[in-house]
Amino acid sequence: MLKYVIRRLVMLIGIIFVISVGSFYLIHLLPGDPAAVILGTGDSPSNRLKLYKLLGLNKSIFDQYFIWISNIVRGNLGISFISQTSVASTIRAALPIDLEIMGLSQILAFALAIPLAMRSARKPDGLIDRLLGATSFTLLSIPPFIIIVLLVLFVSIKLGVPNIGVASYVSFGTNWIVNLESLALPAFTLAIGSFVVYYRVLRSDMIATLQEEFITMARSKGISQRRIMWRHAFRPSSVALLGAAGVNIGGLLAGGFVVQYLLAIPGLGYTLIAAINDSDYLLVQGIVLVVSVGVVLINFFFDFTINIVDPRISRE
Amino acid sequence: MSEFIRETELSQEALLEASMVERPEKNEPLGPLFWICVGWLALNIIGAIFANVLPVQSPLNQDYNFVNSAPSLHHIFGTDDLGRDIFARVVYGSRVSIAVGVGAMVIGFGIGAPLGMLAAYRRGRFDTFVTTVMYVLLAFPAIIAVIAVLSFWTPRSMFKIILVIGFASVPLVYRVIRTATLAIATKDYVIAAKVQGATDRRILMKELLPNIAPIGISFLLIGIATVVTLEGALAFLGLSVNPPTPSWGNMINESRTVLAENPWLVLFPSLALCLFLLCLNFIGDRMRSHYDVTEVKL
Repeated sequence: MLKYVIRRLVMLIGIIFVISVGSFYLIHLLPGDPAAVILGTGDSPSNRLKLYKLLGLNKSIFDQYFIWISNIVRGNLGISFISQTSVASTIRAALPIDLEIMGLSQILAFALAIPLAMRSARKPDGLIDRLLGATSFTLLSIPPFIIIVLLVLFVSIKLGVPNIGVASYVSFGTNWIVNLESLALPAFTLAIGSFVVYYRVLRSDMIATLQEEFITMARSKGISQRRIMWRHAFRPSSVALLGAAGVNIGGLLAGGFVVQYLLAIPGLGYTLIAAINDSDYLLVQGIVLVVSVGVVLINFFFDFTINIVDPRISRE
Repeated sequence: MSEFIRETELSQEALLEASMVERPEKNEPLGPLFWICVGWLALNIIGAIFANVLPVQSPLNQDYNFVNSAPSLHHIFGTDDLGRDIFARVVYGSRVSIAVGVGAMVIGFGIGAPLGMLAAYRRGRFDTFVTTVMYVLLAFPAIIAVIAVLSFWTPRSMFKIILVIGFASVPLVYRVIRTATLAIATKDYVIAAKVQGATDRRILMKELLPNIAPIGISFLLIGIATVVTLEGALAFLGLSVNPPTPSWGNMINESRTVLAENPWLVLFPSLALCLFLLCLNFIGDRMRSHYDVTEVKL
């Protein structure tokens, strides 16, 4: 186990290093003079001096990387020369909204997927299984940006349900009930995408597990169907489910960008798209770095959880 | 020596046996729905290629007598907020989706598939090295990377979008093809071919490729569906081709501001995109279960 943990940690550090180099290099993809593009409307001699000091633009590319990374390590992601605010504080304000939307959507997705997958696995190819199979397959082909637009059209505009339409976001601290209402559509939209994946993965794994000998053994001992499903079959079947959840995070984030953009919810996604449209490149770079590292860390966390659920994996 | 010959004979016997087991009379019929999907995709592709030859109105022509109008004989899908024909824009919009989907997968498979096959066939240090690199890249959230690169690498064009998504898909293609090849490369008939002195080139092209092709093609179709979805999301966020060029994604984006007055503007491109994705996913899924030998054996 220890050897496994060390190997994974080394891999993790390698990945984060690659991400840092990638994010650093983004600035150099800009056409023309990067300083002029980054400063945009805030291009003045004093700002230019600040930017050169921040990024070391007149030094070699290796020195630039070291200046940049040592700033990052100290929590200094730079300041936006367009809005005159520090990138780190903008990100700190936006991040909790993303986490809340993702958390809510995952609770919904698991609450739907686990019981339905178990129901399907009990009678594969039965009526319910086929119905759910067809539904999940159709949902698989509807991207989140279509689901959210249609939901806004029907629920908010046609039915006129209050507090869930465009620009109705209220922070959790102000009024938590309205906050939850305003995040209902985004959470539901993201939950659909995750639900389809979790349902399909858990269903096929449960069907395979239910054919194992220890299940037959449990049946012959007269243990109830319910207990067999939850106590005997669920744990060995949940490994792939956790794996899917870990892999799903990246897609979930992108889906989060889309729903935030449409509903004007000021999370990281909305901030990112606004920053791209304002050519606020240091903010874009900061968000990209934070989000990428976050995704990698969450994946790493899921890897560990899988090991606790199924210790055989770390001993391969 | 005699032992060696005996082993070869055994392998050939196994080969014969394997070919009998693995090429059953058709697994499971593909079914009429499969062919309907193929027909729909063909229709989409023909529409995209011949859009300017077919009797379709111009996607950019603004008709101010019909602004935000409902479907009628003159405009069968209605018109948008600038009086442009929605049907024409849906047909022309398919060009972007199809070009990006196919283009990106050509790059992804062009690099990922040969690498994956070679790594799984050769094994050894080459395999370890390439696989480690690919797994590191795979851990990088590809969608974020694509958004990041496209936002800095301005001005955006379809060519850049294809290039960026294509390269981002390489590690995924590599992993699928390598896993598929590994399963085949250890089969008796490949060993038999090796023992008989077949060249690596021959084994890769004649023994491995035909057996990986069905898995590869089904993954290719699902990959195209994924890329088309991604392009749609990018267009929705305003990071794909620039207006007024229509694409399904940017049509849905433009509909945001006139949702209440003109629901047709969101319904038709959404329907076109969903049907296109559904057909690709269905064909891909069907092909996988049709050619998947292991599932039938169970």
